Amino acid sequence: MRAKTRVAALAAGALCVAISASACAGAGGGNSAGDPNAINVLMVNNPQMEDLQRLTAENFTQKTGIRVNYTVLPENDVRAKISQEFSSQAGQYDIASLSNYEIPFYSANGWLAPLDHVAQDPEFNQADILPAYTASLTGTDGKLYGEPFYGESSFLMYRKDIFDAKGLTMPEKPTWDEVAALAAQADGAAPGMKGICLRGQPGWGQVFAPLTTVVNTFGGTWFDKDWNAQVNSPEFTAAVEFYTKLVRDHGPAGAAQAGFTECLNNMSQGKVAMWYDATSAAGALESEASPVKGKIGYAQAPVKETKSSGWLWTWSWAVQAASKKQDAAGKFIAWASSKEYEELVASKLGWSKVPSGKRISTYENTEFQQAAPFFEAERFAIENADPTNPGVQPRPAVGIQFVGIPEFAALGTRVSQGVSSVIAGQGTVADAVAKGQEAAQKVGDKYK
Amino acid sequence: MSTLTPTERRASVPGPNVRSTGSRRRGKSRMDPTRNNTAAGIAAWLLALLFAVPVLWMILTSFHSETDAATNPPSIAADLTLDAYQEFFGATSGVSPWPSLINSATASIFSTVLVLLLAIPAAYALSIRPVKKWSDVMFFFLSTKMMPVVAAVLPLYLVAKNIGALDNIWFLVLMYTSMNLPIAVWMMRSFLDEVPVEMLEAAQIDGAGLLLTLRKVVAPVAMPGIAATALICFIFSWNELLLARVLTGVVAGTAPVFLTGFVSGQGLFLAKVCAAAVVVSLPVLFAGFAAQDKLVQGLSLGAVK
Repeated sequence: MRAKTRVAALAAGALCVAISASACAGAGGGNSAGDPNAINVLMVNNPQMEDLQRLTAENFTQKTGIRVNYTVLPENDVRAKISQEFSSQAGQYDIASLSNYEIPFYSANGWLAPLDHVAQDPEFNQADILPAYTASLTGTDGKLYGEPFYGESSFLMYRKDIFDAKGLTMPEKPTWDEVAALAAQADGAAPGMKGICLRGQPGWGQVFAPLTTVVNTFGGTWFDKDWNAQVNSPEFTAAVEFYTKLVRDHGPAGAAQAGFTECLNNMSQGKVAMWYDATSAAGALESEASPVKGKIGYAQAPVKETKSSGWLWTWSWAVQAASKKQDAAGKFIAWASSKEYEELVASKLGWSKVPSGKRISTYENTEFQQAAPFFEAERFAIENADPTNPGVQPRPAVGIQFVGIPEFAALGTRVSQGVSSVIAGQGTVADAVAKGQEAAQKVGDKYK
Repeated sequence: MSTLTPTERRASVPGPNVRSTGSRRRGKSRMDPTRNNTAAGIAAWLLALLFAVPVLWMILTSFHSETDAATNPPSIAADLTLDAYQEFFGATSGVSPWPSLINSATASIFSTVLVLLLAIPAAYALSIRPVKKWSDVMFFFLSTKMMPVVAAVLPLYLVAKNIGALDNIWFLVLMYTSMNLPIAVWMMRSFLDEVPVEMLEAAQIDGAGLLLTLRKVVAPVAMPGIAATALICFIFSWNELLLARVLTGVVAGTAPVFLTGFVSGQGLFLAKVCAAAVVVSLPVLFAGFAAQDKLVQGLSLGAVK
C-alpha cells in the first residue's frame, strides 16, 4: 500500500515539474508579441518575399531599429493560417500578405486596420501606385486596407525563335482561335516540344485563374448580377470545352497536374512553345539563369468577345486590426512597397528580381525597361484589366479571375476538380459544369 | 519508420518463425534449408531496397542543383553540389533552421519523457497488478484516439489563444504528451505482460519491495519495450505537422513547419526541400540506430510466444 502511494506521488511530482516548467517558459521566453521593436509578418513564400526576407535586416532594421520576424509558408497553408489568425484576431502577427481577393471581405469583417497613414505619406507617393490596385485594395468604407508588394496581370508568352523558324507570327492582341491554330502549328516544332502550357492542376487559384479569364472573354460568368449561377450556360461550357481540348491536344505531358511551377519548368526547358499565365513569370524567364532568356515574345491575353482578358492580382501587405504595433507595421509597409526598396533589389539582385507591377515610375525607368523586355506588355495588361467589369455582362462582385466572395475559394476548387479530370481524360465537360452549376447556385442563394 | 524496415525484415527472416510456420513448409526446408534461406534473403533485400529507394532518391536530389532536380526525365548523373544544403542553412536567405530544430527537439524529448513517466506506472497498473475493470480502462485510453486530431484543432486553437499559450513550445509539449500517451500505455502494457509472473513471485518471496522489484526485475525485461515506446513517441512528436502549424507562429515553429516553408508555388524548390528533409530526418535516424539493439528485441517481444 505504501509503495503504491509512493509511485503515485512520483508521477504527480513529475507532472507538477512539467507544468511549472511550461508555465515558467510561457511567462519568460514565450512569444515575441511583447517586444515593442519587433513586428511579426506572415507571408507566402514566393521568390519576391524570399528576397525581401534576405534584405530586411541589413537595410530596414538598421535604419529604423525595428526587427522583423517572418513566417513564410506555401500559398495554401498561408491562406489557412491567415484566415485562422485574422478571424480570431489573435494578434500574433502584425502584418500578413493578402491578395486583392481577400482584402475586400477581410476589411468588411473588420479584421484589418486602415493604411491611410501610409497612403498620405508624401515620400511613399500613393499616386505612383497603379490606380487599379488602389481601387481593388480599398474597402467598402472607402478606406485603403492594403499596399501592393508586387502585382501582375496575365499574358501570353511564346518562343520568338521557334515562331521565326517555323514562319509563324503572333499578333500583338491575339484571339483564342488564333492561339489554338498557332498551338497546333507549333506542336512538335522542336523535338519534344508541345504547343502550349496551361494550368490544369485543381484549385481555384490554379486551373481556374487562367480558365476564368477564358470564360469571361467567351461571354460567360460564374454569376449574373442577381447571383444566379451561370456555370452550365452555353458560354461557360464552351470556354471549358475549348480550354480542356486545347490542353489535351497540344499541352505537355501531365497537363492535368501542371500548375504555375510546372509550366514555368516546361517553358524554361523548351518543352512548350507558348504559355499563358501571370506576367510575373516573365521575370524568371528573363533572369540570368534562364536558358530561354531573350528568346521569349510577349502578347496580350487572348480574347474572344471582350477587348482584353488579362487578370489582376497583387500580393499586398495588410495590418491586423488587433495588432498593437500599428506604427511599426506602417513603417515596414511604407518601406517594403516603396520605390526605394525596388531600387535596393535592383542594385543587390538585379532588375529582373524587382517586385514590379505596382508603381508607374518603375515602368518609366530605363534600366528596368532594358532588363525587362516584357515591361510594355505587362503595363498594358495591368492598366487594361477591369476588376469590376471583366466580361460582357454586369457582375455582382468584383474580381476578374475570381468572384470576390469568401465562398469562391471552396467553390472554385470544387468545380476545378471536375475540369482537371476532363484534362486527365476522365469525365465530360457537360458533367463537370452541371455539378458546378449546382454547387454555385447554393453559394449564390446565400447572397440573393 | 521506413528506416526500421530493413532491420525488422532482416531480423525476422532467418528467425525461428519462418522455419516453423506450418508442417508442410517445414518438410521442404529440411530438404534444402540453404536454398530456401537464400530465396527469402533475396526477397527481403529486394523489399528493403524498394522501401529505401524514395529515401535514396531524396538524398540524391538534395545534392543536385535546383534546375537539375526539376528536369523530367530526371537527370540522375547531374553534377553534385552542396548548394541546397547551404540554402537550407540560410546562406542566401539569412534564415537559420536552428531555432526550429531546437523547438522540435524540445517538444519531442520533453513530451517523450513525460509520456514515459506517465505511461509506465499506468501500464503497471493495467498489467502486472491489474486494477478492477482494467480492460475498460484500456478501451477508454484507446477511445481518446478515435476522434481525428483535425476535429479538435479549432477548439485547441481557441483555448490556446484564450490562455495565451499560442506560439509557445510548452503547449506543444503538452499536446504531444497527450497525443502519444494512449499509444504508449497500450504498448507498455503489452511489454509488461511479457514479464513472467514467476519472476515477480520469486522476487516477492526473496523479500524485494516494489521499487526494488521494478528496478531489478521489471526494468531489465521491459527495457527493450521502453526503448521501442520512447522511439515511437519521439518519431510521432518529431514528425507532427498539423498541430505545430496551427498552434505555433514566430518563435515556436518546429522543423516540419520550417520544412514546408520551402515548398513554393512559384519557382524551383525540389533540391532545397530534399536537403531540408534529409537534415530533418537525421535525428530520427540517429535515434533509431542508437536504439537498434533494444528495438530488435522490443519489436519482437510480443511476437515470439
